[in-house]
Amino acid sequence: MARQVNRMSAFNVTSLALGLAFLYLPIVILVIYSFNASRLVTVWGGWSLRWYFEFFNDRAMLDAAWMSLRVAAVSATIATLLGTLAAVGLARGERFRGRALFSGMLYAPLVMPEVISGLSLLLLFVALNAERGFWTVTIAHTTLTMCFVTVVVQSRLASLDRSLEEAAMDLGCNPVQAFIRVTLPLIVPAIAAGWMLAFTLSLDDVVIASFTTGPGSATLPIRIYSEVRLGVKPEINAICTMVIALIAVLIVIASLASKLSSTQGESAAPL
Amino acid sequence: MTAQANGKTGESPEIDTAKIDSAVAQAMPARSADDMPLLRIEGVSKKFGTFPAVDGLSLDIRTGEFFALLGPSGCGKTTLLRMLAGFETPDEGRILLGGRDIAPVLPHERPVNMMFQNYALFPHLSVRDNIAFGLKRAGMARAAIDTRVAEMVALVKLDGMEKRKPDQLSGGQKQRVALARSLARRPKVLLLDEPLAALDKKLRESTQLELMELQRRLGMTFIVVTHDQEEAMTMANRIGVMDAGRLQQVATPRDLYEAPASRWVAEFVGDVNLFNGDVTSRDHRRLTIATRDGGAIVVSEPREPVTRTVVSVAIRPEKVKMSRRGPAPDAAGSQAINRLEGVVADVSYLGGSTVYKVKLDSGAVVRSSVANTARFDTDTYDAGQRVVAWFTPDDCVVLER
Amino acid sequence: MSTRRIFAQPARYAAIAPYLWMVLFFLVPFGFVLKISLSQTAIAQPPYLPVFDFAEGWAAITAAFSQLSLDNFGLLASDSLYISSYLRSVVVAVISTLMLLLIGYPVAYGMARLPQRWQPIAMMLVIVPFWTSFLIRIYAWINILQHDGLLNKVLLALHVVSTPVVWLSTDTAMYIGIVYSYLPFMILPLYATLSKLDASLLEAAADLGASPRRAFWLVTFPLSLPGVGAGALLCFIPILGEFVIPDLLAGSGSMMIGQTLWLEFFTNKDWPVAAAAAVALLVLLVPPLVLYDRLQRRTLESAK
Repeated sequence: MARQVNRMSAFNVTSLALGLAFLYLPIVILVIYSFNASRLVTVWGGWSLRWYFEFFNDRAMLDAAWMSLRVAAVSATIATLLGTLAAVGLARGERFRGRALFSGMLYAPLVMPEVISGLSLLLLFVALNAERGFWTVTIAHTTLTMCFVTVVVQSRLASLDRSLEEAAMDLGCNPVQAFIRVTLPLIVPAIAAGWMLAFTLSLDDVVIASFTTGPGSATLPIRIYSEVRLGVKPEINAICTMVIALIAVLIVIASLASKLSSTQGESAAPL
Repeated sequence: MTAQANGKTGESPEIDTAKIDSAVAQAMPARSADDMPLLRIEGVSKKFGTFPAVDGLSLDIRTGEFFALLGPSGCGKTTLLRMLAGFETPDEGRILLGGRDIAPVLPHERPVNMMFQNYALFPHLSVRDNIAFGLKRAGMARAAIDTRVAEMVALVKLDGMEKRKPDQLSGGQKQRVALARSLARRPKVLLLDEPLAALDKKLRESTQLELMELQRRLGMTFIVVTHDQEEAMTMANRIGVMDAGRLQQVATPRDLYEAPASRWVAEFVGDVNLFNGDVTSRDHRRLTIATRDGGAIVVSEPREPVTRTVVSVAIRPEKVKMSRRGPAPDAAGSQAINRLEGVVADVSYLGGSTVYKVKLDSGAVVRSSVANTARFDTDTYDAGQRVVAWFTPDDCVVLER
Repeated sequence: MSTRRIFAQPARYAAIAPYLWMVLFFLVPFGFVLKISLSQTAIAQPPYLPVFDFAEGWAAITAAFSQLSLDNFGLLASDSLYISSYLRSVVVAVISTLMLLLIGYPVAYGMARLPQRWQPIAMMLVIVPFWTSFLIRIYAWINILQHDGLLNKVLLALHVVSTPVVWLSTDTAMYIGIVYSYLPFMILPLYATLSKLDASLLEAAADLGASPRRAFWLVTFPLSLPGVGAGALLCFIPILGEFVIPDLLAGSGSMMIGQTLWLEFFTNKDWPVAAAAAVALLVLLVPPLVLYDRLQRRTLESAK
């Protein structure tokens, strides 16, 4: 089958292999070293789950992890709801007053440096005299991640065949029913991908959380960040490995779900 | 198996379309002259920006008709269909269904259904649920829905496929599901947007016949949009030829071909030789037209008298006969025969017929299509051969537009 | 009216909630940044003057406005610390983007030439690291780059170096971190353009006598330029405002503008200057954003 001209060259294979190795090797090394029995992170002391136990005995780390999971779950859910609504407004609302501002506000956070987003939200919370903690971080993360959800869902809506909605109306649905019965089931994979994206972004964020959280409610990335600044600790390797595992499980679930939904041409391909 | 689809109309639960006079729903005998037509389109216009997609179009369609809207792409035929379905609202004019203006009625409240060009099957629903979709919206009882779906599945011969999803179906099967889905609600008018365009040639031909059979059996009114003239001619009782947002001619397939109303229609439908010229004399219901390319051509005066002097003569290629020396004296009875002399410039063998291009002495080219009626035809001509192309005045059509 | 319009009305109602949310949590805070960047630093809680006191009504607000000043921007423009961080941001972003292009292009090109059925898998492989935590990926590099880390061990074992090299807290480490983190952003748009290139174009080039190498430079590369532009800007823009990577991997000698902002805010508690730095950073972002927008528009139009 391979045509003469389009055959892969040795150069193509090598660069692809090196590129992927570059992307994966550090993570693989990290995961392997998380099972290192030795206290010295650089000396291999045999396989051990010691640092995982260490983590489960570290009250502060556990609190931070729990806080992060709650923030990620709540903010991703709100962000998915709002982001989907925003996507519907942009993809189906045609022209309306304030549309340019609306889409501008939704796209700006995608490119806005996190330091600015974090600073500006903090200034708002200070002005409102809001107590900083779980809810301020959650609101901040929702604001950022709903923009990503909007982009994912909107592009799915834009590529959706409009004649499906017309067919639904032709068969007796009003616009809202047509959306619920036809459009919504078809964009569910995109919505799910949006939720996952929001969840992982929230779980990942250190900058915005540092600005918007209060004393005593550090998220996991904030804790990791302050530990990392002091140097490498084997316990951090273990925590990172667990976060990676969690995300890997989510990705597997998502791709299985999108396969099971079996609607051809759909995919929960992230981004 | 399928005859009851229409016969049982009275017993099976009917969809509530009470907003329209229910009398119209009954399949009325067509062609009762003083009846209001089922669908009347009155001076309808639709602009997209400044582009007039449909331009002051009027048309009546009777109950039980199989009507085809034929035209090149961009002629406005799909826009007209979408206005009938309710997806577009006319800027001007009225659309009367059973005497009531439905122009402002939203699509989901119209007793009209559409079969989409790309079928628009809901990919997340099974064949059964696709067909039942419109019935559920109409609030039909479960049992009645099951009955109707079974009926439709049998009607389009999809038995055993009910549980499949659209992406597990072939193109032809998808087409049938789309048809069943749009028929399930028993619409007063079924709109079909290029229903066969996505099928390959063989399947298209057999499906054409099935559609006709179905329409005849259900006694339903079909309006089909197509750019394929053969398809329109095969299926439709009447054809409306559209160009630039207007109807150029509405006629039966035969009239469209044998009596086109304008040069544009003559050239759009089938192949034609056109000669432009002036009417120079008129006697015994014969007109003589002096043409630049073909000299003087004698034609029969059409039923409606020709009023203009600058006209075109149209003659279909299969009506142009070929001979080496011209027709035998009795070949065309007592008619005056038009003879055009020239040289065979090109021969295209098409299987059923052979098309000769004859270059006249004036430089113009006349096409003649000769049916290949025998395997070893002796009456063939070679390129370069000098021939006479001839035709009778009755076979000519005089076009004033 | 058309179907589009029938759907438009309910769709607009759907936009109300997210609209209000974004006004409250994006637009308004942004106004605060602007306002505070024009305020005076004060030893107070919060540490700036004047503060809007909504309770005191309009008079208080106008009074507050009269006290606004451009002093913070004056400081930003005169102090060499800020100017150099501004410049460093641009320099780091430019160098990183070039490195990303150099590394990302061959990888994307290799992906695009994979057999059709392998391409989605390769794309998945590129995307997955993007999903794993950013912070964790930087941390993974600290593991490797530290004094007695894996990299030095390998280099010593291979006798490339005789004493361990200092990697951490250097620009080299920072560039490795940036390239590593942003590589998917570069590969994906490049791959998107390259994979859409019609294979018959290369066949035509070969048919017309071009060697594969020449065909690449004369056909493939020019046609992939929109992807190059998109990838470059997608990396350049966020790198400008990067904070975590330079903070963890680069030395403390010179800072990027994001770090300056962080320092002013958290360490010096000078909120007005931090806000002014934020505004300055935004100004820096405008030209590449405009460029990106224009590029996207042109790509969209040519797609039609």
